[in-house]
Parts: sequence; structure tokens; C-alpha cells
Amino acid sequence: MTTPTSTTTSALDIRDVTLELGDGDARIRALDNVSLTVLPGEFVAIVGPSGSGKSSLLAVAGALTKADSGTVHVHGTDLGRIRSNAAARFRLHTIGFVFQSGNLIPALTAGDQLRLAGRLAGNSSVDPAPLLDAVGMKHRLKHRPGQLSGGERQRVGIARALVNSPSLLLVDEPTAALDRARSHEVVQLLAVQARRANVAVVMVTHDHDVLGHCDRVLEMVDGTLSP
Amino acid sequence: MFLALRELRFARGRFTLMGIVIALIAVLVVLLSGLSSGLVNDGVSGLKAMPATAFAFDKGTITDNAFSRSLVDSQQLQMWKKAQGVDKAEPLGVSIVNGTTDVGKQVDLTLFGIEPAGFLEPSVSSGSTVGNDLGGIVVSETAKSEGIKLGSVVTLDRIGLKLTVVGFTEGQATFGHVDVAYLPIDTWRLIASNTARPGAPTAEQIASLEYRYSSVVAIQAPSRTDLAAVDATAGTMTMSHTEAFNASPGYEAETMTLTMIQVFLYAICALVVGAFFTVWTIQRKGDIAILRAVGSSRGYLLRDSMAQAAILLIGFTAIGVAVGVGFGALMPAAMPFDLEAGPIGLASILTITLGLIGAALAVIRISRIDPLTALGGQR
Repeated sequence: MTTPTSTTTSALDIRDVTLELGDGDARIRALDNVSLTVLPGEFVAIVGPSGSGKSSLLAVAGALTKADSGTVHVHGTDLGRIRSNAAARFRLHTIGFVFQSGNLIPALTAGDQLRLAGRLAGNSSVDPAPLLDAVGMKHRLKHRPGQLSGGERQRVGIARALVNSPSLLLVDEPTAALDRARSHEVVQLLAVQARRANVAVVMVTHDHDVLGHCDRVLEMVDGTLSP
Repeated sequence: MFLALRELRFARGRFTLMGIVIALIAVLVVLLSGLSSGLVNDGVSGLKAMPATAFAFDKGTITDNAFSRSLVDSQQLQMWKKAQGVDKAEPLGVSIVNGTTDVGKQVDLTLFGIEPAGFLEPSVSSGSTVGNDLGGIVVSETAKSEGIKLGSVVTLDRIGLKLTVVGFTEGQATFGHVDVAYLPIDTWRLIASNTARPGAPTAEQIASLEYRYSSVVAIQAPSRTDLAAVDATAGTMTMSHTEAFNASPGYEAETMTLTMIQVFLYAICALVVGAFFTVWTIQRKGDIAILRAVGSSRGYLLRDSMAQAAILLIGFTAIGVAVGVGFGALMPAAMPFDLEAGPIGLASILTITLGLIGAALAVIRISRIDPLTALGGQR
């Protein structure tokens, strides 16, 4: 999908990005001349089979890896021009990640997951209760991931991703470990929270049942993005 | 330390097991330190207590057991007394003898022949100093456990010379694991020259004595004094106060053995802690990738992991030291075992420091964990 928009107004602006992975004969083109623009508050879903390049797109958009060519702007910042440490700081304050199964830290309670995210960003006085309340998890504030169901873990993961008020949320297969009912609940929650906070969301998934909650759906096949 | 403390609480079983290993190492370190201090004190406390800065041995004396091998004459002594930059130089006679107390108990004594009222005169805890009583000896306080008391008479085996205990030193004074008995240098010469006769030594025996030797010359001199120059003219070889410890019987062999065991223990501590934190870091690889992906800096994660290692090491080393000190208090009196704050403190610091080095080498791999692996498709 190519929707050229000014980099200063879009939350995410990817232009003509190419990314190759692997070495020698195993080298593959994970992203092939991909362009994508996401506006603030917009919820974009990217579907596609395994190995199509969805996670590579998230990695490039999230400053976890650099594109071989093309440009990536998040909230006007050119990710190609910042170094590894600066990229980490940038992610901390501007980008929120929601991982598969929540990917929470096993040693931390739900409240501590949010407190740690706040502390990493320099805010040691984060009160996790309101955010956990917003995702329906306030009653599980003192529970560790091992004491939570898959859906509950994902809800805490969403709250953690929002704790530092990011302008872009990158969501990686959020319903991979959930049943159908829980999948709808989680994606709906994501959509509601993103709109409430005016956060742009890019969600990669292969779960077509949850796409009704998204503003736009794009398909990725062999590293190429199409509507 | 936000994450460090919570992980310690969460994985308390694993950390406690590791901590017990650290504590056991600390117990061993304390026991070895006590044994080491005990052997050192048993071997050279008599020398340690001497206010000499150096000892001059006869040139060519081999280092091992040098105190009992060396023999310096009165000319050499006079050269040291007159040497420029030397504040004090006095003869010291050293020999180990066997004797029997007046109650029939067999005792071994290291005789330290000194000049009465000289700078080698020991402080006494009871009785009087060596003085001019030719047959008087000031014995190590530890000899009391042998049943020796003020007024006890010790008869030297084969010679029959009788020496009377007139005082006890302040604290332990032993040499070569034998209690020291200080006596006038002239009486020592009488014994060393094999001219002593049964009974108490007399002024007549001393007056007829032509033997003017001592084992070494004890020296007091500032560090800037050129002792080598005096050695060259006097035909002696000088050892500093601490170097001279190696000249006492068995000292070097004992301390080297214990030092080697301690070094191995420190190395084991570093390896064990390093291995634990290597496994722990590998187990946390996924969590660390997530934290790196959400924006945590490498520095934060490294600091947090090192804080975790420090808490573990300091906490369990302290427990181990306390247990070790407790065990030390139960050691039988016959065992040369002394708990001294300095060596125990140093051993504790070394255990913690080397453990931290092991942990640092393990957790450094945190900086190599790619945050990209946090994404599901990459795991």
C-alpha cells in the first residue's frame, strides 16, 4: 500500500524499503521495495503467511534493524540516521511493542511490568492501576504472568506498551495463543485503547477473524505489500 | 535494582542454591584464613613482635632455617653498631632446645638470647623482664597451657642447665611452632658454646666465656639506610623484618601450601559464580530481548545483573564468614588457628571481587542479545 503523506504528519512513513536477510545461498529478500504510511490513531493490519516478511516490517518500523535501502520515519524521525543506543531511547519514548503471548517478564507482577517500563523511560513514579483498569486487569495487579491466562497476559502486554504514551504501537501476532473469543476481546481492546490515546497501530497477524476491528488491512506476500 | 531484586525473590530457589555454594566457599576461606594466621603466628609471632626493621645473617647462610644456621661474630656486630644510618644493632641468639619442668613435663622452647634492657626486650604481661638474672627466662604467654607458671624451673635436657621463669610475654611469642623463652644473650652463648654446666648459670661461667657469637644482628634503621653497603663490609646478608619470616623453620612451605589452596578457592568461586550467571543469562535471554526491544539500554541491564550478583555474593559471603567464625570458635586449642579481622576481611573482599569478575564475564553476553529476537517470527 502506498499512501504518500508528509513525514511530519504521519505516525509511520516507510518508503521504498528493501531488507535482505541471511548469507550466501540462504540470502532472501524479506522486504521488497515496501512503502507504507500510517496516520496517528489509525489501526492498520498486515496479514500474510509465515515467512512473508511481516515481522521484518515490524523490525524495520520499530528501529530493531535497519533497512538496506529506502527510508523509515516515525513521527518525523528518520530511523536510518540514529545509532543503536539512540534507537533504544527512541523506542522507549515513541514506540510501544505488543508481543506474542504478551511476552511478559516472569519475575514481575502485572503492576511491576508497567512500573519497569516506566522506570526504563525515567519515570519511577508510574501508577499502573489506571492503565490496568483500562484493560480490565486492575484486579490482577499483583499477579505474575504464570498466574494469568493467555488473554490476561496479552491485556497486560497492551497496558505495558501504552505506559510511556507512545505515538506508534507495533503489534506482533497478538492472538497467536488465544481462542477465538479472547482474540476478538484483545484486538478490540487494542483498537479502543489506540483510538483513545490517538496512537497509530500496525498489527501483523494471520488471524483473519479479527480484521473487522482495523481501519485498513494490507497483505504481505514474499516481501511485497499490497492492499 | 528494580528487576534484580524481583528476580532474586522470584527465583529464590535457584539463587539460594547458588548462595549456599558461595557461603560454603566463604566458610572454607575463613577456616583457611584462620589456619593460615594461626600457622603464621605459631611460626613467627616471636619475630613479628620484635621491633627490628631487619636482621643481618652471616653471609652465605641459606634462607631455610637461617636463624639457627647463621652465626655472626662480635666484629660483625660491632660493624653494624657503628654503621652509618643504623639506629640500633643488637645481637640475637636463636636455638631450639628441649627441657623438662620441675613437675616433670617435657617442653620445647625456642631460646631468644637478647641484650637485657635492649630494644628486643619483650613487653611482659606478668612477672619481670629479662634483666640481668642470668638464669631468668621470660616465656611466651601460650606456655601457660603447658603448665608453666612464674617460678617454674625448666632444666635443659642433656646440659642440665636450670632456667627459672621470671615473666610471661604479652600475647603469643612462638618461633617454629615452639614457645619462645627470652634470656640474656650471655646465657644463650653459654648454652650455644656447649660450656654450660648443670644447675643455674653463674657469673663465673659467663666471665670465663670466650664465645662471642650470636645468630644474627637485629637492626633498627630507617628505610633509606644503605644496608647492602654495610653487608658488604661486615660480611653479612640482610633480610627485612618480613623477609626474615621465611628464614624460620617450615614457614615458607606452610604459607605457600595454604596460599595455593586459597588461590584455588578464589578461582573456584569465580568459576562457579560465572557458570551460574552464564546459565542464568541464557535462561533470561528471551526476557532480555524483550527489554532491549522495548528500549532498555545495555548499560541498565548490565548494571542490574551486576547488582544482582553483588547482592548474592555479599549476602552469602557474609553468612559464610559468620558461620566460618562460629566454626573457628569451636577449634581445639591444640590447632594453630587464629581469627584475625584483617585477613578475614581481605579474604571476604577477594571472594566477592573474584565472584563479581566471574559474574561480569558471564553477564557481558547481555550486550550481545539481539532485541530482534523478541519478535515472534524470529524466535
